[in-house]
Amino acid sequence: MRALKAAFFVLALLPGLLLLLRGSGLVSPGLGANPVELIQDTLGLWGLRLLLLTLCLSPLAWLLRRPWPVALRRMAGLFAFAYILLHFLVWALLDQALDWPAITEDIVERPFITIGVAAMLMLVPLAVTSTRGWQRRLGARRWLQLHRLVYPAAILGVWHYFWQVKADIREPLFYAVLLAALLLARLYHRRQARL
Amino acid sequence: MPVNTKNRILPSEITPPEVYFNRRLFMQAGLVAGAGLALPAAADAIPAAHRRLGELRPSPFSTDEAPNTFEEISTYNNFYEFGTGKSDPVRLSHRFNPRPWSVRVDGECDKGGDITLEDLLAPHPLEERIYRLRCVEAWSMVVPWVGFPLGDLLKRFEPNSRAKYVAFETVYRPEEMPGQRARIIDWPYVEGLRMDEAMHPLTILAVGIYGVELPNQNGAPLRLVVPWKYGFKSIKSIVRISFVEEEPPTSWSLSAPREYGFYANVNPEVDHPRWSQARERRIGAGFFAGRQPTLMFNGYAEDVASLYAGMDLQRQF
Repeated sequence: MRALKAAFFVLALLPGLLLLLRGSGLVSPGLGANPVELIQDTLGLWGLRLLLLTLCLSPLAWLLRRPWPVALRRMAGLFAFAYILLHFLVWALLDQALDWPAITEDIVERPFITIGVAAMLMLVPLAVTSTRGWQRRLGARRWLQLHRLVYPAAILGVWHYFWQVKADIREPLFYAVLLAALLLARLYHRRQARL
Repeated sequence: MPVNTKNRILPSEITPPEVYFNRRLFMQAGLVAGAGLALPAAADAIPAAHRRLGELRPSPFSTDEAPNTFEEISTYNNFYEFGTGKSDPVRLSHRFNPRPWSVRVDGECDKGGDITLEDLLAPHPLEERIYRLRCVEAWSMVVPWVGFPLGDLLKRFEPNSRAKYVAFETVYRPEEMPGQRARIIDWPYVEGLRMDEAMHPLTILAVGIYGVELPNQNGAPLRLVVPWKYGFKSIKSIVRISFVEEEPPTSWSLSAPREYGFYANVNPEVDHPRWSQARERRIGAGFFAGRQPTLMFNGYAEDVASLYAGMDLQRQF
């Protein structure tokens, strides 16, 4: 299990590491003519992918009847949050250059940005309470209830991505279908468990 | 309108590409120094395959702003015929062969027909026109185009009095253009201009950048450039020019009529439904440059605002 976690840690770090290497010129191609956009898009995309991967892990455990996917859940979720937070920070610091009036206007008036920020904010309490200490303090039931926020966050995240694509909707559509399948799997699993 | 036509030296004459690219190397070096890492050895140049276009006239319409590098202009492209990613066109356009080329001219004119690229270009002296380019996605560049006024060409076909608009069509070659194998938009790409817009002296057909023939990813061998409109109006790899009486359909307004109009004039006051058009990111400005304000008609208001007198630009966007 330890080796598995270590391997996952390295894998999840790769997209970020690759950005650093491309930015430093050690790896070709570099970051291209619009590095801010490339960094921002890459971080957001991997944040969303890791969030969806996190949601895949429990159904995978049911399917395989093995516990190891569940053991990766927290790390996957925290990596997803880290990429999403960095995606937001790159947007605010580099893309908008901390122009607060423009940032607030975008958050208030651009629905795709509003829902993106909302999705990120929903993940904040989940990241904070991801430790064993917080699990104990909240108690299993309340902790589980709180962590159901991951579903609306994922829905808003996919929507946020869907909404800013110009014409080629194939990738966001794939995530939307995957997310719908995952939600259905959960519902099915809950019903089975109750029966 | 700037009038200083004398004593103008073309950037392609005074600044060899190696020097333009030095700026880039310099920036990379800074980044690398910041990261405490070694400098890569790769240097850039205009690939030898790009044929030089010979004598170019300077133009009073050129901006004084510093042009983007050849690399920036030729590696960061929206050309969905080769894929929707910005680096797809440079990676996936190698199989596209823009020679031989001919253009069909038809519709409301007396001298239409099929015309070879050579015959089309022959009477027109080439100029260097350094224009700002503003993409609808809120980024911008400065491009040293090589071309000639579209109006000079259109007159040769003797459009009649029913010719109110000009429609353009991009080549359809899915076997050479991988992006066309997916129905992202309804191929072929089509665009159009009102006759007065087409005849305006700022409107050019471009055959090159930086004094060399257009790279495939930039719309070889012949493309439109309308600097006061969003980039998607400047249709690439043109195979058909039609004079028409009614406003012609245009690809992006067919695909999303709420988001893209026929006119598509650069306008900081009319936002795209999903993002602001008030500011733009200048490509090459650096990590911490932020965004700069977008100008009405992309800074060409003095020359073109009169074309739209009396129109409600909020509605006819």
